[in-house]
Amino acid sequence: MTDSALNAPARLERAPRARLWHDLSFWGLLPSRLLMGFALILPIFIIAAVSVATRGAYGGFTWDFNLAGYSQILFNEGWTGELEFTPQYLLIIGRTFLLAGATTLICLLFAVPVAYFISRQPANRKAILVYLVTLPFWVSMILRVYAWMIILGKDGTLPSLLEQFGFPAGMSFMFNDGATLTAMVYTAMPLMVLPVFASIEKLDGTLIEASHDLYGDRWVTLRRVILPLTAPGLVAGAILVFVPALGAVLEPTLMGGGKQMMMGSLIQLQFGGGRNWPFGAAIAMTLMALVMLFLIDTALRAARREARP
Amino acid sequence: MTHAKAIEVQSVSKHFGAYQALKSVSFHIASNEFFTMLGPSGCGKTTLLRMLAGFENPDTGSILLNGQEVVSIPPHKRRVNTVFQSYALFPHMTLEQNVAYGLENLGWEKGRIKNRVGEMLERVHMSAMATRKPTKLSGGQRQRIALARALAPEPEVLLLDEPLSALDLKLRQAMRDELRTLQRDTGITFVFVTHDQEEALDMSDRIAVLGGGEVQQIGTPTEIYEEPVNRFVADFVGETNFLDIEVLETLGGQATVRTPFGLDITVPAAGITAKGRATLSVRPEKINLGNQAQGITFEGRVTNKNYMGGYTHYTLDVAGTELRASRRNASREGDTIPLGATVPVGFVAGSARVLAV
Ligand SMILES: Nc1ncnc2c1ncn2[C@@H]1O[C@H](COP(=O)(O)OP(=O)(O)OP(=O)(O)O)[C@@H](O)[C@H]1O
Ligand SMILES: [Mg+2]
Repeated sequence: MTDSALNAPARLERAPRARLWHDLSFWGLLPSRLLMGFALILPIFIIAAVSVATRGAYGGFTWDFNLAGYSQILFNEGWTGELEFTPQYLLIIGRTFLLAGATTLICLLFAVPVAYFISRQPANRKAILVYLVTLPFWVSMILRVYAWMIILGKDGTLPSLLEQFGFPAGMSFMFNDGATLTAMVYTAMPLMVLPVFASIEKLDGTLIEASHDLYGDRWVTLRRVILPLTAPGLVAGAILVFVPALGAVLEPTLMGGGKQMMMGSLIQLQFGGGRNWPFGAAIAMTLMALVMLFLIDTALRAARREARP
Repeated sequence: MTHAKAIEVQSVSKHFGAYQALKSVSFHIASNEFFTMLGPSGCGKTTLLRMLAGFENPDTGSILLNGQEVVSIPPHKRRVNTVFQSYALFPHMTLEQNVAYGLENLGWEKGRIKNRVGEMLERVHMSAMATRKPTKLSGGQRQRIALARALAPEPEVLLLDEPLSALDLKLRQAMRDELRTLQRDTGITFVFVTHDQEEALDMSDRIAVLGGGEVQQIGTPTEIYEEPVNRFVADFVGETNFLDIEVLETLGGQATVRTPFGLDITVPAAGITAKGRATLSVRPEKINLGNQAQGITFEGRVTNKNYMGGYTHYTLDVAGTELRASRRNASREGDTIPLGATVPVGFVAGSARVLAV
């Protein structure tokens, strides 16, 4: 009690300055707060609200609370209003995760050697190579995906090349999951290479030498020294690739032919031709929840790894 | 099978681009030897060491470990371990795991690894921290773990690249003794790299002095210090006076020479046969002053003096030539020669060396 009494005057003196500082940081940060609020947080709340709204008879929706959007993911409403389990949309969610996971894995497999190679180059060549990795970003994504259609499609570059080597004419590699995956890997690759490169670049080369010195061959060195020490970069790259891949729309629509949907195209359909905004919003919220779970899990794992003595 | 020569380096040369780091270097290192490569910065010490470890290949020449050519053998297949200058401990592994790493790669079985790791940690006084990670260790502690890790697999040769340079002075002295003891106890051949001549003289069985990408001299610490073969070695190892002299006559490893202050003296001159201009090297502590002056004696005037407690360093003017002398203050009255005094100066003929210009 005496203690707090003694401290009281000091606290009084400090208060005005603290408040000034508080005001400054409040007003100074206001623009970015508003931007974040309006551009990022508000839309999420709107989608969350729409997902529990009621679908209007001719498209649009009314603000009546309704969980039909969510139940539609799992159940079909029959003529008499009874709910019937349909795996249709679950399958799409499963496919989406499968394709996004495959994209991430393939990107990792390619990005690690590429990043390692770049990191071993002299400084000036390194800068050029990193620039080249980011180069595709400068061309519109739609154009790049169309370019893949030209490569893989009927009478495209690859089929005509194979024809030269005696393969049957008129082959097409388009409109299947393989084509979708190819384009997804292609568009995501720089997002994987850059963070992986950053962490491999930071890796102390003498640690690799120390591993070889202590009888570790290349494989042991990769598994026991390089991968554990570059794990943060690999995880960052995996998140950067996996999360946007879950929402991919262009690749499945253009390359996959749109027959085999992914969550992204499904959502787009509901807001567009399907005219079922609450359902679209419900799928979007589900996707977001799944991504959040994935990210929280990753973060917790990382924290646990850090916490180990 | 053990080979008397643990390492043979034969006419090894190495270019980095246009720069020639090593020009035809040859020497051998005996088994169980504490061998030091001493030389100024950039003389190619690390390059040589990395060749022994397998991280660098010579342009020409060959390297033999226990009589076996190893140039084409990758580092992980050489029974050689390195203590890196920056220690290079694996930051994601505990100290135990660091020490066990090499043993696991060699395929030792679990129980044996556990025993060996415990034994090595004990040996470097780090058992108490076995399960810690290296990031929070002090320099000296990291040093010990790096040593334990490199010695655990019982290599045929241990390579050490300036392992003491990152430690503070006191720790350095203690680690010198510890390293020397470790080498004696384990009987492993140590190849030690340093640019600190005192470290080299203190610890080594033999020293190779490197300079300009070449071996300048190889010998025991006494040979290197007392019988330098050229000006580079005499200058790099310890302090010395260089006098411009003229060789008048040579006979059986001795030469009669004329000193700049006009005295003709006969001194050791191994390898000198030509008459004419040469250099005489006399170390400051070999020059005696006042009533201690003996051997070849002449007179000099004290122009400067630095009292160091145990020693006093004098700068003398001998008929226009500058000489540095140091004198041990053996008694309370030791430091009695005043500045400006003219005193007898002398050195024993056998303690000077004639060197080529
Ligand atoms: N990878 C390399 N590329 C180009 N030049 C190199 C390389 N490694 C070494 N050199 C050059 O070769 C010479 C010898 O290098 P080295 O590292 O062996 O010297 P050092 O004797 O160990 O020197 P220090 O005492 O400074 O460690 C130096 O001039 C250095 O610049
Ligand atoms: Mg070096």
